Amino acid sequence: MKSTTGSHTGTGTWLVQRATALVLAVALPGLMIHFLAALPVDFSGWQALFLPLWVRVMLLLTMTALALHAWVGMRDIFMDYVHSTGARLAMYLTVIVILAGSVAWLAVIVFGGTQGSAA
Amino acid sequence: MKFRLHRYNPETDAKPFMQDVELDIDPAGKMLLDALLAIKAQDETLSLRRSCREGVCGSDAVNVNGKNRLACITPLPELKEPIEVRPLPGLPVIRDLIVDMEPFYKQYRSIKPWLVNDAPEPEVERLQSPADRALLDGAYECILCACCTTSCPSFWWNPDTFVGPAGLLQAYRFIADSRDEATAARLDNLEDPYRLYRCRGIMSCVEACPKGLNPTAAIGRIKSLLVKRRV
Repeated sequence: MKSTTGSHTGTGTWLVQRATALVLAVALPGLMIHFLAALPVDFSGWQALFLPLWVRVMLLLTMTALALHAWVGMRDIFMDYVHSTGARLAMYLTVIVILAGSVAWLAVIVFGGTQGSAA
Repeated sequence: MKFRLHRYNPETDAKPFMQDVELDIDPAGKMLLDALLAIKAQDETLSLRRSCREGVCGSDAVNVNGKNRLACITPLPELKEPIEVRPLPGLPVIRDLIVDMEPFYKQYRSIKPWLVNDAPEPEVERLQSPADRALLDGAYECILCACCTTSCPSFWWNPDTFVGPAGLLQAYRFIADSRDEATAARLDNLEDPYRLYRCRGIMSCVEACPKGLNPTAAIGRIKSLLVKRRV
């Protein structure tokens, strides 16, 4: 089969992986310190940790960066090892659904659950 | 000295096998190629490629104790016995230590390894400033022995689509050349999730290169040019 490479893509994905790696390198230790410094806490103390808006925004940003970073990584692994286009596409879609679902789920938990904590 | 050699004759052997060989040789001052040639003198069926025997032609690249190296510049005394010699990994074996280099050459050809310049030819030569010439240092010295490309896992998995470290180092050599006018087309040719971006920067190529070159750095420079062009 003739080569169909040279698709003028790939730079964006590579940049996304690099940029999200930077975000994670800063945000993950930051969040970790915020939570570990407060330990040990009871349930209401734990909920209070998530009350400041910046924590919730940071958490969602970090999760989004993590999902994007994981997406590029999983895509790279599938490109290396799964050489059937159909199977690869199916696995891409599965990973996208899982990652996008996780981000959406976290958004609901940290932003949708505020009434619950107030009650 | 004890050797374990990869042997395979497609006409008589169903499968490749490792052959234990004892060789009476004083290793002092000798290279691995000297030992292999002495073994070949005992058993002329042993097949290997070699030519210049001084690390310039790049034809005797083999896998020695798990590392890709040129047999002719690998000092015999520093090798741990039994010295295991195998053909380069990731390429089809033709016989014993000889591999089919075509997948490697095909990727090398795909980057158009020649100067593209449509300007009228000058009377004498196309001149370069010393600074422009210095950009080629570390890129032009490649002897295409394939030690780096065949030590790269990305090339093992995608030899038909990933250019490989040697090809990408050569691609950079022409991108960096002030006399070449096809920079944009060369970047277009490489900007692909497979051709360039299978490189994950694990630097196996740097570790393997017998000439001490750094393909990972060249690949990094190609990536920064692509990023500059995009952002």
